[in-house]
Amino acid sequence: MSILIDRNTRVLTQGMTGKTGTFHTEQGIAYGTQMVGGITPGKGGTQWEGTLPDGRQVQRPLFNTVAEARDKTGANATVIYVPPKFCAAAIEEAIDAEIPLIVTITEGVPVLDMVRVKDKLAKSKSRLIGPNCPGVLTPGQCKIGIMPGSIFSKGNIGVLSRSGTLTYEAVFQTTSEGLGQTTAVGIGGDPVKGTDFIDVLEMFLADDETQAIIMIGEIGGSGEEDAAQFIKDEAKRGRRKPMVGFIAGRTAPKGRTMGHAGAIVSGGKGDAESKIAAMESAGIVVSPSPARLGTTMTEVLKR
Amino acid sequence: MNIHEHQAKEVLKSFGAPVALGVAITSVDQAKAAIDALPGPLWVVKSQIHAGGRGKGKFLEKEAGEKGGVRLGFSKEQALEHVRAMLGKTLVTAQTGAGGKQVNRIYIEDGADIEKELYLSLLVDRGTGKIAFVVSTEGGMDIEAVAHDTPDRIMTLPIEPSTGVTDADANAICDALKLVGQARTDMIGLSRILYKAFVEKDMAMLEINPLIVMKDGRVRVLDAKVSFDGNALFRHPDIQALRDKSEEDEKEIEASEWDLAYIALDGTIGCMVNGAGLAMATMDIIKLYGEEPANFCDVGGGAGKEKVAAAFKIIMKDPKVKGILVNIFGGIMKCDVIAEGVLAAVRETNLAVPLVVRLEGTNAELGKKIIKDSGLNVVPANDLDDAAQKIVAAVKGK
Repeated sequence: MSILIDRNTRVLTQGMTGKTGTFHTEQGIAYGTQMVGGITPGKGGTQWEGTLPDGRQVQRPLFNTVAEARDKTGANATVIYVPPKFCAAAIEEAIDAEIPLIVTITEGVPVLDMVRVKDKLAKSKSRLIGPNCPGVLTPGQCKIGIMPGSIFSKGNIGVLSRSGTLTYEAVFQTTSEGLGQTTAVGIGGDPVKGTDFIDVLEMFLADDETQAIIMIGEIGGSGEEDAAQFIKDEAKRGRRKPMVGFIAGRTAPKGRTMGHAGAIVSGGKGDAESKIAAMESAGIVVSPSPARLGTTMTEVLKR
Repeated sequence: MNIHEHQAKEVLKSFGAPVALGVAITSVDQAKAAIDALPGPLWVVKSQIHAGGRGKGKFLEKEAGEKGGVRLGFSKEQALEHVRAMLGKTLVTAQTGAGGKQVNRIYIEDGADIEKELYLSLLVDRGTGKIAFVVSTEGGMDIEAVAHDTPDRIMTLPIEPSTGVTDADANAICDALKLVGQARTDMIGLSRILYKAFVEKDMAMLEINPLIVMKDGRVRVLDAKVSFDGNALFRHPDIQALRDKSEEDEKEIEASEWDLAYIALDGTIGCMVNGAGLAMATMDIIKLYGEEPANFCDVGGGAGKEKVAAAFKIIMKDPKVKGILVNIFGGIMKCDVIAEGVLAAVRETNLAVPLVVRLEGTNAELGKKIIKDSGLNVVPANDLDDAAQKIVAAVKGK
């Protein structure tokens, strides 16, 4: 098993003909993902053309709207590479077309656009991952987004992270340790996002194949504290899996926004120490170094 | 993006919020005219810098006097004295760092008869994904201390995006602030005005501390701190025009022109990374091995070779940099592009400090090969641990 996506997932690309959309659609096809078509308004009826890393030429149908693309391809997921200005509209179109899984890679979406989108999402049938996230990948089956497929291997660790590049660290290190992954999910670093830690933790707990979980958080907000409370509550009900955690930004200067993600500490709330304490009290083993996620997991599994 | 207090008040005033009469000045001559234009009998003379805690701040220069960055003038002469004392001097507050910030402009405002000081802010609440009001009867104080010591005196109220501020919301705010009579009527209107301003101008934060009730029972915005969502500035040219570059780090401005996120810190290692999480983790691991980063440049996703070279040059401009660590885990960012950008910058600038490069992810092998074949003095690293140890050893001269 896996969570969210598997070999039967049929994926559309919104913003398929752009440079980023093209490159990552090619990478997705090369990985074996069913990339079934794309949406670029005005180019409906024509074909997208790509070149795979091995030189093979590929084509996929283009459509003007998400609804039309869904009807013609039977897609049940979409990935969005649309520029930030138009991104909220692209997500809203996918929600209106009732696409079950919407993965938004775009970085730099205005926060208040996301406030509007999240409100619409709550009243819809869709799940949104992101924005500003690396996507979702189930090794050997389906790759949605920008995660580098080469670092993955099939295994039993569920990986979940707010930070894109640290998702890769966790994947890379669990592969090096010979553990492998069931599914890796980057939920994205923006303040307002479609899916939070708890949603994904619930799925990993329910997934038989996932034996243990790595969760990577960062300073700012209270998503990690809420997740730790959830893990604690579930453990009381007898649902528990070994977990390794990491919080980025332990040494970040207070009051500074670190990069694009809006990770900011204010008033002692959402700082690394509070998150680490919450996670440890929930039985999560927190690694002090981002380079020891894999080795820490190996140690935890030996216990 | 941050703006000055007087600009924030202009923005709020344009939506109908009650603010005092005031004039911003950048010279003593302008100050004279401003003081004459205001009715008195009290003139509030306020330093305009992009940092909080001005009232409790201290000037570095002796001649600026012992008082903080906000002073009361009980006569025209006294108000002008305050302007002379503060203009051009360096104000240090809890938020400026030890170096302080130069006061290049001062806001002179008509004084108010204060009955009560309250706290009000709007922000995007991550937990609910909604805009929320945060209000407290404990105005004029450090709200973070209030949150820590007496959390029951703070109310957070998320607003439904589809309805905006309802009657029930406005009344809940007034109840929490214990407002009655005219002040309550004023606040019901003001809560809608502030929410509208926040949404229409894509604010990231709006903080009014204090919000006051005056002796005549009216409510007024006495201080205002507003920041905007940088990602939404494209639809607000009027707000972009308020940017005061003299308040920003020169290298941060250059970085923002390339759409790079640059953060200046106090250590010795310059860092180029992709992604905020990796930036923070890189900083954490450098400190774990006993050194400190001098800066960070986050090239984000999808940067081209030119942008990478620009990022590298910005990092090198910092004289504190004794070594550089490039730590890239490419997803959308391709490692070969990073390699080419870094090499272009190294060739152009005659790099004189050690450089450690760790490349992993999309096109990593290609990137590593480009670096190896360049013949330049670049130390390759296998993983994050290896990279951090190598750069720390290099700057320590081991």
